[in-house]
Amino acid sequence: MPKMNLSHFEAAFLFSLFVSVVLGVVTKRTDRERFQYGVYTFICFFVALFGLGWLMYLGHG
Amino acid sequence: MATEKQEKRPMPPIGAWAPAVALGWLIPGGGHLLLKRTGRGALLMVTITAMFLCGLMMRGAMFTPQNGDLLTTLINTGGFIGDVCSGALYLLSVALNYNQPDMAGHVHDYGTKFLVTAGLLNLLALVDVFEIAAGRKE
Repeated sequence: MPKMNLSHFEAAFLFSLFVSVVLGVVTKRTDRERFQYGVYTFICFFVALFGLGWLMYLGHG
Repeated sequence: MATEKQEKRPMPPIGAWAPAVALGWLIPGGGHLLLKRTGRGALLMVTITAMFLCGLMMRGAMFTPQNGDLLTTLINTGGFIGDVCSGALYLLSVALNYNQPDMAGHVHDYGTKFLVTAGLLNLLALVDVFEIAAGRKE
């Protein structure tokens, strides 16, 4: 089994992508809504990722 | 403000949903494929399998149920349930000895989370399969 060595950002990117796709597929009723919800979830993950990243950076002192 | 109560829907017969849910557990996306939701089934299969494989390649650890203090029990039992929800992926990786011991390091830690999350996403897919099989959703 090959080994993956990812940075925090790469791992968080992959995590966001996989979770957004599945949430988009299972939650809504039309394909358009599914796509929009998947994109929305992905953006939310990224806003949280950068937001918390900056918060930790600034809070670290 | 909506005050109407939702009608309580009767439980559909077990034969209508159990085969699809069982197949969906064993093979992520398989339930959707059985119910002829090919595109969504393929997307779920690829995504959940890819997430699980990424977790394995990051040398994530599999949980086993443990007794101890409340937090240890919760984390390990919850993690085990999450792992088992991946179905054949979990069974195969344990049978082929791909389950790694828990190691320190952010990549391994992410890997462990990927493995559990793949199972939890499959659980969401199973709920979706149930709703489709029960006629509550397209």
